[in-house]
Amino acid sequence: MKLNRRAFIGTGVAAAAALQAPMVWSQGRPRVVVVGGGAGGATVARYLAKDSQGQIDVTLVEPTRHYYTCFFSNLYIGGFRDIASLGHSYGTLAAEYGINVVHDWAVGVDRDAKTVTLAGGAVLPYDRLVLSPGIDFVDGSVPGWDVTVQHKMPHAYKAGSQSELLKAQIEAMPQGGRFAMVAPPNPYRCPPGPYERISMVAHLLTQVNPTAKILLVDPKDKYSKQALFEEGWAKHYPGMVERIGPDFGGDKVEVRADAMEVVIDGTVEKVDVCNVIPGQKAGRICEMAGITEGNWAPVTGHTMQSRVDGNIYVLGDATNQGDMPKSGYSANSQAKVAAMAIRGELLGSSVFPAKFSNTCWSLIAPDDGVKVGAAYEANDEKIASVSSFISQTGEDAALRKQTYEESIGWYAGITSDMFG
Amino acid sequence: MIRKMATAIFVAGICGLSGGAQAELLGDATRGETLFRDCASCHQVGPGAKNRVGPHLNDIFGRKAGSVDDEFRYSKGLARMGSDGLVWDFETLDAYIENPKALVSDTRMAYRGMKDEKDRADLLAYLRGFSASPANIPESQPTARASEVELSPETLAIVGDKAYGEYLSSECLTCHQRSGANEGIPGIVGWPSEDFVIAMHAYKRQIRPHPVMQMMAGRLSDEEIAALAAYFEDLE
Repeated sequence: MKLNRRAFIGTGVAAAAALQAPMVWSQGRPRVVVVGGGAGGATVARYLAKDSQGQIDVTLVEPTRHYYTCFFSNLYIGGFRDIASLGHSYGTLAAEYGINVVHDWAVGVDRDAKTVTLAGGAVLPYDRLVLSPGIDFVDGSVPGWDVTVQHKMPHAYKAGSQSELLKAQIEAMPQGGRFAMVAPPNPYRCPPGPYERISMVAHLLTQVNPTAKILLVDPKDKYSKQALFEEGWAKHYPGMVERIGPDFGGDKVEVRADAMEVVIDGTVEKVDVCNVIPGQKAGRICEMAGITEGNWAPVTGHTMQSRVDGNIYVLGDATNQGDMPKSGYSANSQAKVAAMAIRGELLGSSVFPAKFSNTCWSLIAPDDGVKVGAAYEANDEKIASVSSFISQTGEDAALRKQTYEESIGWYAGITSDMFG
Repeated sequence: MIRKMATAIFVAGICGLSGGAQAELLGDATRGETLFRDCASCHQVGPGAKNRVGPHLNDIFGRKAGSVDDEFRYSKGLARMGSDGLVWDFETLDAYIENPKALVSDTRMAYRGMKDEKDRADLLAYLRGFSASPANIPESQPTARASEVELSPETLAIVGDKAYGEYLSSECLTCHQRSGANEGIPGIVGWPSEDFVIAMHAYKRQIRPHPVMQMMAGRLSDEEIAALAAYFEDLE
């Protein structure tokens, strides 16, 4: 353990905290508990363990033994990946990085005692806590929908069995039937995600049910990569996709799961499959920890520390941080800044200015990939975009193919960065 | 088919055959020189050629795979192929250039492959000119392109801080795999630092076209680029 006084004096926030309550590491090693094993949590656990070379005791709490990435789950629906290729285990993090992987739900945080309680009854003490729980759904966001009907109207916005269910339902649609999606209001996980999903559903339908139609009900005026998606749909799936925006009642929707009906501003539409992606909020453990304001957990971009409690770091979709989209790439990028800041606080290692980046690739049709991305830096108010790019309409086929192949490379890269 | 081509060249060499049909089989070395421009961002060939991102290609014909010298760091797979007895000749080079990963699955050569058979024949005809037998090595300059960007000696002389490079590298590793694998995104492990620095400055100045890389490189200082280069150069 390389704790020394200078390390604390060097890092403003930590120095203040240290003066109030001098830090004593139980058992000699500082303890970090990470809740959530996705793009934020798995990455921060791995970087903390790897870069501290055993000097930090890292515990990762994740309920699933096999994690299915939400990113690329649309490609599974389109038939470009099998479900197994999206699944990852925590074996390498446990065996090669010395991370204590605990498969359980975190159900409570006592910020004064600095402990996390698990559903199984265990109580984990921490010196620093990282919450990276992803999203939960806002109650009543789409009247008529809640998790009790998610088997009839899947969200498929947390990947795994829901993705498999949605795909099976689409494949079982009657010939010439109708697929509906209720798209979410801002802000939500993966801004281009619903529209990539429309593309992948359209591709699947052209293979198995070419006379089927797609109804997209959307509460938003505009959406991510809109020009690129609309160009792609007109080119690859002409006449298949109808979008109802807020100007025609797309923001006044309810669903009736038993009758398979979508009611749009009073007009009843009968559909065969209905994918409801409700409004979203931070994973509930953030609320239980008392660190949310509104639906999300505010953080400072310099370190990803909660603005409510400096001993807690929050990553990814659950945060309110500024300009970064809620994406796996963003969470992975934020995790590296947090890992550096936590090591700086606990071990006195070097802390460099926070840098973030994000790229979101989307597949529109076979070999027709597009991307959008930006670079970010932290200021005192927020994480601010400093430069950005987006694929252009009318790009040639070779470039689109290359973009798709690049996304496959990115998937391999980020998943090995997360799971080792 | 490939063997036939090799035989045809051999025969042509002895008998001095000429004519359209044979010329086509032989491969057009002049055209091959043009095709080599794709290779030249990583490989040098000719007098004074040195190892860069890829090994130099003088005397490639007849060389055991993965054996240019003790300095160059090959992928494990390529080194193993050499130990297993792979020798570069027309047939093996032709297969490798057609689809590098099909022959050596973990190769670090970030090249998708040359699909056209005649292109490959032309390229190999050109490369054959730089192997000792049967042709003499012509007295020409190395064909590696001049540096893509003009960098001041001061910029090139910056000694990168590896610890800083390690932190900065975490951003690269979201896409570029730590193992050095090439899957849609090129491997960047083990590059000579000068090549790394030149490539990054080429992105920063938007001479290289890729938008993600332009963005990433665009906000890196000269010191940060040097730090990354130093870190990745020594990564195993």
